[in-house]
This record gives sequence, structure tokens and C-alpha cells, in this order.
Amino acid sequence: MKRDIILAGVGGQGILSIAAVIGMAAVDSGLYLKQSEVHGMSQRGGAVESHLRLSDRPVHSDLIPEGKCDMILSVEPMEALRQLPFLSADGWIVTAGKPYRNIGDYPQEEQLYEEIRKVENHIILDADQIAAKLGSRKISNMVMLGAASDQLGLPMDRLEAALEMLFGRKGEQIVRLNSSALRAGRDAVNSL
Amino acid sequence: MSKLVLLGDEAIAQGAMDAGLSGVYAYPGTPSTEITEYIQRSKEARERKVHTDWSANEKTAMEAALGMSYAGKRAMACMKHVGLNVAADPFMNAAITGVNGGLLVVTADDPSMHSSQNEQDSRYYGRFAMIPVLEPSSQQEAYDLTRYGFDLSEKYHLPVMVRITTRLAHSRSAVGRSPVRKKNDMILPADLKQFILLPSMARKKFRILLSAQENLEEEGKTSGVNRLEKGAGKKRGIIACGLAYNYYREVAETCHLDDPLLKISQYPVPPDMLRDFVREVEEVVLLEEGYPLLEESLRGGLECGHVIRGRLDGTLPRDGELNPARVARALGLDTGSSRPVPETVRNRPPVLCKGCGHIDVYNALNEALNNYSPGRVFSDIGCYTLGALPPYNAINSCVDMGASVTMAKGAADAGMHPSVAVIGDSTFTHSGMTGLLDAVMEGTPVTIIISDNSATGMTGGQKSHATGRLVDICRGLGVEKKHVRVVVPLRKNHDENVRIMEEELAFEGVSVIIAQRECIQTAGKRRKKSS
Repeated sequence: MKRDIILAGVGGQGILSIAAVIGMAAVDSGLYLKQSEVHGMSQRGGAVESHLRLSDRPVHSDLIPEGKCDMILSVEPMEALRQLPFLSADGWIVTAGKPYRNIGDYPQEEQLYEEIRKVENHIILDADQIAAKLGSRKISNMVMLGAASDQLGLPMDRLEAALEMLFGRKGEQIVRLNSSALRAGRDAVNSL
Repeated sequence: MSKLVLLGDEAIAQGAMDAGLSGVYAYPGTPSTEITEYIQRSKEARERKVHTDWSANEKTAMEAALGMSYAGKRAMACMKHVGLNVAADPFMNAAITGVNGGLLVVTADDPSMHSSQNEQDSRYYGRFAMIPVLEPSSQQEAYDLTRYGFDLSEKYHLPVMVRITTRLAHSRSAVGRSPVRKKNDMILPADLKQFILLPSMARKKFRILLSAQENLEEEGKTSGVNRLEKGAGKKRGIIACGLAYNYYREVAETCHLDDPLLKISQYPVPPDMLRDFVREVEEVVLLEEGYPLLEESLRGGLECGHVIRGRLDGTLPRDGELNPARVARALGLDTGSSRPVPETVRNRPPVLCKGCGHIDVYNALNEALNNYSPGRVFSDIGCYTLGALPPYNAINSCVDMGASVTMAKGAADAGMHPSVAVIGDSTFTHSGMTGLLDAVMEGTPVTIIISDNSATGMTGGQKSHATGRLVDICRGLGVEKKHVRVVVPLRKNHDENVRIMEEELAFEGVSVIIAQRECIQTAGKRRKKSS
């Protein structure tokens, strides 16, 4: 088993939480893990990414080689495309559809979707709307994790256990909210 | 013991704690910040009374760590690469005094300048000071070498550098722990003159340092940290330093390479180890995450008959961090055509947060400077450096911690008036205060704006030494009372703030405007905590 995943988004959108949940679930499943994060200046509303490598054998490089990534999991459509050079020939793009506009020359979103659709394996999901229906736009990152869960190769209960560990001290309600986001994301993809 | 999933930074922190650390001293700086933060959060460290408070700057951190070592305890000073420039004086001289308790200097370099002004390679400082340098390639090695580093430091009575780079600092992996060693008892140096560097004594100490070099090289051979990994190939050999080792292994596994490999994670590297390796192959490729330090020494001034490839002959790019693709290309492998980034994708640089006080400072300053020609604003290191970008375009320099104040003074000395500095509160107490004293001594016409968000914002909102002290500091340094102005950078105060700035810009002496409003990130966190 080997999965190379790039998480992408804008600083502050919660990709490090996604990374933490996958990382915990992977280590709990006895897998080797390397997970490279972006800290510092770019976290201030800039483009950020995290390289996440899971394997049943030791992982060497902290960075995924170009063209070898199994999945780009993004919480923002333009940020998904920024990572395209890493995606393998049969790799997946799983991205939230809603643009995060904090620059003046942000492109037309339809242009972005068009580029994403050029990748054979793609999922564009309105995670923001799903999260809003559940009561908080903040959990759209967990909706996206749910959307990607079938491709991840990690069982759902491991992901939920990781959520519990990560958010447990914030109270049961927060854990439940995040779990429901995870499941809603998975269900939404399955009904596409 | 079960494994922990740790950042490289955190592995160093845990390694130091388990090695019997008594104190960590540091100033925040990406990518080194998480080392100290991990120890600050650690319950074990609290129970063991490990010192963890932030220092005013890297120099004070290094000196305090040296003092703790003098008292016989294990101490660690952590900084980003450019922080070592600030700490260079005590760093260089600590190599001459030597240490008593083990002393580690951890520097986190930032090749590709993800969050820095340059990509200097700290290994050169290690060589300059002639002390051992350890360069781990993985999180586990970061843990293990930190522990070994303390032992090495006490064995040779020398400070030891641990050098990492951004990718290791900020990448997580599982780390196994070793049993916890107890802290050293306080015990003064056997020779109470060890730390007196009067010239006559310093000359002797320097000779001791010189004579230790041979033993340090021997250590690099026998410790097992540097190791030869045999390969079937005879033509090409690889020398991989620190993190570069991983990239080679990655490429070798996917492309079935079998080159002999010399893995380097300890310096000084014994010359005969290099010589023996080079002799066995026709060509050597050097993979170094940073400057071509080993490559330079292998090449020497004369061609030695061997083909040495690396960053100097274009086999690898001269600048920027390594990655698997760069290493693959250096080894002559086709990395395949990858998908390009579509042209519709735009740059998304970092920006000041919505509602940030720095924004109001720049909006007011830009308006107050409207009647003057452009190019008068010197700035500094912090979130407010983003004022260089549109829509603000508000600053004309960012060089090093504190340089805004002194560059504004120099430009004023050259005849520029008004001459303005914009500096953050934490940067001001790091290295701005002495420059302000220079200006006060000469009555130089400068306007210093301290954009005080009561935090070290860019690195994550650490406590600032300046909080609540800025007026007293400026008054104490001799700035006239009526020219120490305090404003609140909010949109509703815009007109008043512009007026105050205009008044001080017109003044032909030293003035300080303290624009005080808490960082909205730390304010948000504080509100969350209290609710």
C-alpha cells in the first residue's frame, strides 16, 4: 500500500487539519508516514500545500516527486491546479468548487473548472454548501476529506477515530460536527 | 516506548529533553520556531523545570545558553539561519572558550527562501568556528543526533551545531525515543579561567581548538554517523549530505540505481574518507542541500583528475533547495513530461490579514507622505514587510532585523528628510533599540513608526518583549516626551493618525510614533481561549 497525496489550499483554510487527521489514521493503521507542511510567511492568505506520503514500507523523501502524486486533495479550485505537475497519469483531483478570491486578477471560475475537467479522474464538490447545511462553513475541509476518503485507502472508522483524537478536547459537539462533515462528503461523492 | 509523530523541529526538541536538557534559548524564526514551542508546551519539560522563555534576540539566546553551559548544565540555542548572523559573536567565541555542560546550537536553514531574505548555509559557520556540525536526514536522525550532539559536546568541551533545513524542520514522521537521561547537576568549570578570552589566554585556547580538529575528524569516521553504503556501480559515486540522502534513495528506488553512496551527516568530514571514496569511482556527484561546501573542498584549487559534479558545474542548480526531480535530473534521468500548471492559475502571495492594524498604519503613512517625493520608508522583518506589495507599495527596504531604524538614520545623515522607519514591536526590542539610541545621540531627524501588535506575529504570535514597555523604552533612550506619540491604528482614527504622522514627519529631530493595536490573530486566539 502506498499513497502520495498533495493537500492544497489557501493559508487559513484548514489543510493542516486534514493532514493531521490522515496522518493520525495512517500511523494508527501501522503505516509509515512523512508529511511535509508549510509554516511561516505563506500561511498569511498565500498558496499553501502539504505533501502527505503513506506507505507500508519506509518512505524516503519528504517531498513527492513530480508526476508521482496519486491524489490532489484541494479545498480551492485554483490551488488544485497549481499542483498539477505532481499528479500522476492516472491520478485524481478532488477539489472543492468554491473559489477563494483574495487577489485582484483571480480567473473566471468556469475557466478553472474546464482545466480540472481535462484531468480524467476528477471530483469537483460544493463542499461549502454541504458544510453550511450542516451548520458551519468552517468544516468544509472535513467535507473534502470525506469526499476523498474512498481514494485514500484508509477505513472510515480510522479517520473518525483520528477526528476524535484531534478534536476531542474541544468537546463532543465539535467531534460530531466534523464526523458528520466527513460522512456528508463521502455520501455526496458516492451519489455523484 | 511507543513512537511519536513529530516534525523535524519537534524531534530535536524531544531529543534534547530526553538528553537531559536544562534550558532552551531562542528567538522565533521560521523554520526554527517549533523547536522551542514544543518544549514550551511539554508537560515533562515543565515538571523538570527546563528553561523555555523566549529571548530578546539570537545573541542574547546564545549567550544565555553559554552561561547555562558554564554552570555545567546542558543548554540549547535555536535559531533560523540568519539568526546566527545576529548570534555570530558569541557563537564564534564559544568555540574558543569551549563549554562545560553540553551546548547545542541548532540552526534551521531556509534554502529557496520560503520565509527568509537569503539562503545562507550554516555549515559554513560551523566550519568557520571549527566545531562539529551534525546534519540529520530524517526525523529519527534529528532525534538521535541531538542526543549524540550533547555527548559529543561534553566529550570535546566544544559547542556542537545541529543544522537542518526547512523540509526536515516542517515535515512529520514517526520517531522512537530513547530512555530519558537525567539533567546535569550544577558544577562550575574545572578551570575558572576557561571562559576569559583575554588575548594571552585566547591564544592558548585557540591552539587547543586547532589541535582538537584531528580528533573531530576521527570522530566523523568512527561515530557511524557518516557511512558508506556499497553499490555495484564503479563509474559513479554519490556523496549525499543531510536531507539530500533521502532524495537520492527515493530516486534510486524508483529507477533501480545502485551507485556507491557516502552518506554525510557529521562534519568535519575526514579527508581520507572522502579520498578513499573518490578513488574507487570515475565520477562523483555531490548532493548538498545548500551551498557547495563539500564540493568546493573536493574540487580544491587544482583539478585532481576526478570528475566532481554538483552545484558548481551546473549538474544541479546553484540556488534553491533540492527535490527528487532535481536529483533525478542531476543523475541523468529523464523525469518524464509532467503536466504543466495551466496558464489560468495566478500567483497568490501572502497578504496582511483582513482587519490587521499594519494596514491602517500604511494607509495613514501613505497619505501623510503624499506631499513628499517617494522612496523614504525603510522597513524591517515581519508581517508588515508585506506592505511592500500592492495595494500598499508603502516601503522601500527590508534587509535585516532592526535595519529600518539605522538605515533611516543613515539616509537622514545623507540629507533625506523626512526619513521614516517602520518596524514591529518585537523586531524593535530584538535589534531596533540600539539604532534608536544612535539617532537620539545625534538628534538625527528620523520618524520611527513602531507598528506594535503586541506579538511576534509572523512566526505565530509569540509573546513580544516589547509589550507594554515601548513608551518607557523610547523615553529611557532619550526621545523627547512630546515626540513619543501613541496612536491606535483603526479606520475611525485615520484622519487623526494622518495628522499626527504629518506633524512628526515635519519635525527635524527624533520622533517615535507607536501605533498600538493587538495582532488580530492573537486577539482571536485569546478570545477563543477565554470563551
